[in-house]
Amino acid sequence: MSTHDATAAPPAVGSENYLNCSHGFRSWFFTLDHKRIGVMYLASILSFFLLGGILALLIRTELLTPTRTLMSADDYNKVFTLHGAIMIFLFIIPGIPAALGNFVLPLMLGAKDVALPRLNLASYHLYLVGALIAVLSIVQGGVDAGWTFYAPYSTTTNTAVVTLTLGVFVLGFSSVFTGLNFIVTMHKMRPAGMGWFDMPLMLWALYATSIIQVLATPILGITMVLLIVERVMGIGIFDPALGGDPVLYQHFFWFYSHPAVYIMILPAMGIISEVVSVFSRKHIFGYRAIAYSSIAIAAFSFLVWGHHMFTSGQSQLMNMIFSALTFSVSIPSAVKMFNWLSTMYKGSIRFDTPMIYALSFMFLFGIGGLTGLFLGSLATDVHLHDTYFVVAHFHYVMFGGTVIAFLAGLHYWWPKMFGRMYDEKWGRISAIIISVGFNITFFTQFVMGSQGMPRRYYAYVDKFEPYHVISSIGSYLMAVGFFMTAWYLVKSLYRGRPAPANPWGGAAMEWQAASPPVLHNFTEEPVVGDPYDYSNQTYDPAIGGYVRRKTEVSDR
Amino acid sequence: MILSGLVNTLSVRGAGIPFLAAGDGTFWLPVRASESAGAVDNLFYFIFWISLFFFTLLMALMAIFAVRYRRRREGEEPEPSPSHNLAVEIVWTAIPVLLVAAIFWFGFQAYVDMSTPPLNAYQIQVTGQKWKWTFTYPNGYVDELLHVPADRPVQLVMTSQDVIHSLSIPAFRIKRDLVPGRYSKAWFTAVLPGDYDLYCAEYCGTQHSSMISTVKVLEPEAFDAWMLAHSDILSGLSPVEGGERVYNVLGCKQCHSLDGAAGVGPTFRNLFGGERPLKGGGRVTADENYVRSSVLDPQSQVVQGFEPVMPTFKGRIKDQEITALIAFLKSLSEHAPQEAAPAAAAAGTP
Repeated sequence: MSTHDATAAPPAVGSENYLNCSHGFRSWFFTLDHKRIGVMYLASILSFFLLGGILALLIRTELLTPTRTLMSADDYNKVFTLHGAIMIFLFIIPGIPAALGNFVLPLMLGAKDVALPRLNLASYHLYLVGALIAVLSIVQGGVDAGWTFYAPYSTTTNTAVVTLTLGVFVLGFSSVFTGLNFIVTMHKMRPAGMGWFDMPLMLWALYATSIIQVLATPILGITMVLLIVERVMGIGIFDPALGGDPVLYQHFFWFYSHPAVYIMILPAMGIISEVVSVFSRKHIFGYRAIAYSSIAIAAFSFLVWGHHMFTSGQSQLMNMIFSALTFSVSIPSAVKMFNWLSTMYKGSIRFDTPMIYALSFMFLFGIGGLTGLFLGSLATDVHLHDTYFVVAHFHYVMFGGTVIAFLAGLHYWWPKMFGRMYDEKWGRISAIIISVGFNITFFTQFVMGSQGMPRRYYAYVDKFEPYHVISSIGSYLMAVGFFMTAWYLVKSLYRGRPAPANPWGGAAMEWQAASPPVLHNFTEEPVVGDPYDYSNQTYDPAIGGYVRRKTEVSDR
Repeated sequence: MILSGLVNTLSVRGAGIPFLAAGDGTFWLPVRASESAGAVDNLFYFIFWISLFFFTLLMALMAIFAVRYRRRREGEEPEPSPSHNLAVEIVWTAIPVLLVAAIFWFGFQAYVDMSTPPLNAYQIQVTGQKWKWTFTYPNGYVDELLHVPADRPVQLVMTSQDVIHSLSIPAFRIKRDLVPGRYSKAWFTAVLPGDYDLYCAEYCGTQHSSMISTVKVLEPEAFDAWMLAHSDILSGLSPVEGGERVYNVLGCKQCHSLDGAAGVGPTFRNLFGGERPLKGGGRVTADENYVRSSVLDPQSQVVQGFEPVMPTFKGRIKDQEITALIAFLKSLSEHAPQEAAPAAAAAGTP
């Protein structure tokens, strides 16, 4: 059983890899290596996650009491606007595709890099420019329009709306470049022997995500430009005082921002498909159904934007159509859930940190998805619209779904990215603390929302105080979990056990590269095979990871 | 238009979803104080129990699989099992399709009922502005609290003076945006007398969270008494001032000027006490009885040179308001004996 080929043995620490093959600021900042770009993206988005998280804690602390706790109403409005804008545009949207996706996509294809490495670098540089412009708006005194920038409030408030929307405009290009690059890469760089239906499901998810990024993001760019034109030149587009139509703004905005929700969740589902299969040591159940459902979600995502506007004065007919279409998007998500559970059936399940996060994802995304039914249904949505029920719903989907899956992926590929194992015990404890803290924070918000508590309220009616206090306590618990995670991950970079090439027993091609990979990813031609067939590898206790069986290899 | 037929066939209350009676709130939902709240709550619980059932089922399976199929020692390989099963996959796609179709249908049905007001609804104008609510009643009375009668359909005709606001009354399960430059409508039949919160649900700036008012649902008789008490627009005013108020509030000023210029109707300046040539011949002196009959039956004596377009104010104006209006007209006319010296009123400025 312990026969294995020598190349799979862990590299001696200090052997040349993409991290240590060159040094200095320029070698990183102007690199064309998808792995270094991925790592720079990762560092950037995690910085903004920290900033957005601190803002979230300020919000929760302010809401501990029904009146003023820390800050003025204007400051509170700026804090929740920045929390939303930073988390959406600077963290979640680039989070999985640009950071983790950039790193693993070429590796999963057995390729040296993405198809267009310079475009990839341009995407990162644009991200930095957009982020800097967005941060400049804080220096200018902040923005209080909400991350949705609804007109005519956004066109009449005297805060730095133009700066922030300009930042969002630039960030849009960064997102389009990444999507375009991924599409080209998957079309052109699949190795011989890998058809579309031989790709890992993470790649299907990234493909579907990229389609949305390329098709929907320009609409956001145009909308932001129109908003800026109205504010700067006084041309009436959205403000009725200038002859514009404020509901038109909502159509434009959600025509991007609803598909954008799937830019966030689709790659998360891709990660879960990988993790559940690998840690159950079983072929993914219903491969084609999961692949098709990713594409179906991407297609349906363009047809449901009107469900954000059930109370804004759309006609009854439009509300009916959008309600019906909204329900259609729930089906592919449900199908994925059943497939993941069936993958666990009769598996051999190992509860490492990525799997703890994957199980947590199924719990939280289950709640997030099912509460979407209350909001897709017209009569109940009228009552729940713009309340904390909606706040809780989208946090269950975006945080409980995307962020938790991001953490699953981060822990899953961490050994591959940095060649070090983190402390597994602390990983599991932190994962559980974050999940428990999350539920305490946001489940209470479902209850206060269905009781009528409106969102974006600085002060509130006394009867909601107990819910807010519980919610805030949960957020502090979550913060503890995140600081623990930051601590053991940083520690692992210095003191972690050197990672074997394949610590979890993954069958996709990234696990055939060394940990961390060399500059050009593979030292020898990677073997193309079923990414979910685990029969030709075996656990080697000597290296604490999996190696390919020699006999199987020579059979090929 | 396409919908109206559909709406008519659907809008048999209670045909689809059984009706929950008005009553106390639950862990999830606030007190039910409107007629349609019951339908919303029923649907809420319909979705809730379906969701809870499937969530529990899936999580139980997850927990059972996690325990039953946990890896007991490293290197353990699972038994072979199928990686797809078309029949199973079709079934687990079809079941959610049917369930969400049902949820959609019930939600749509209740929504159509909620958004189709009966023709006899009592109309109240709602104005939203940063950061207050203004409720204007049919007789011109204005309040910052929303008083409504129980058991009587009430329609709100709403608009905003600045940015988008949204009127939300959780106890009635209604919410509707107020958009500047257009009118939006909402309606309800309150059934449970009491005070309920009314929020602005669409973010509107600094004091968004203070844009809160109260709905006061009164028994029908109590509402009528309240309306009577608060609709005395003459209270505390002298007859001339009261007449000027009537002139402004009831809309006389749209057609009758105070400066001598003829509008749609004759000017009020120097009208009282003068001789009036009538359309179709004859003359009349504009005395108290002439004014009264012109207000209540405007078509009976139309002054020459004007069209008979004035609507009757019968039922919309009270006797004491006509009396006050007459006092105001007298103050504007040099043909009338001047009792006091209402300089301000005569100048036409309030």
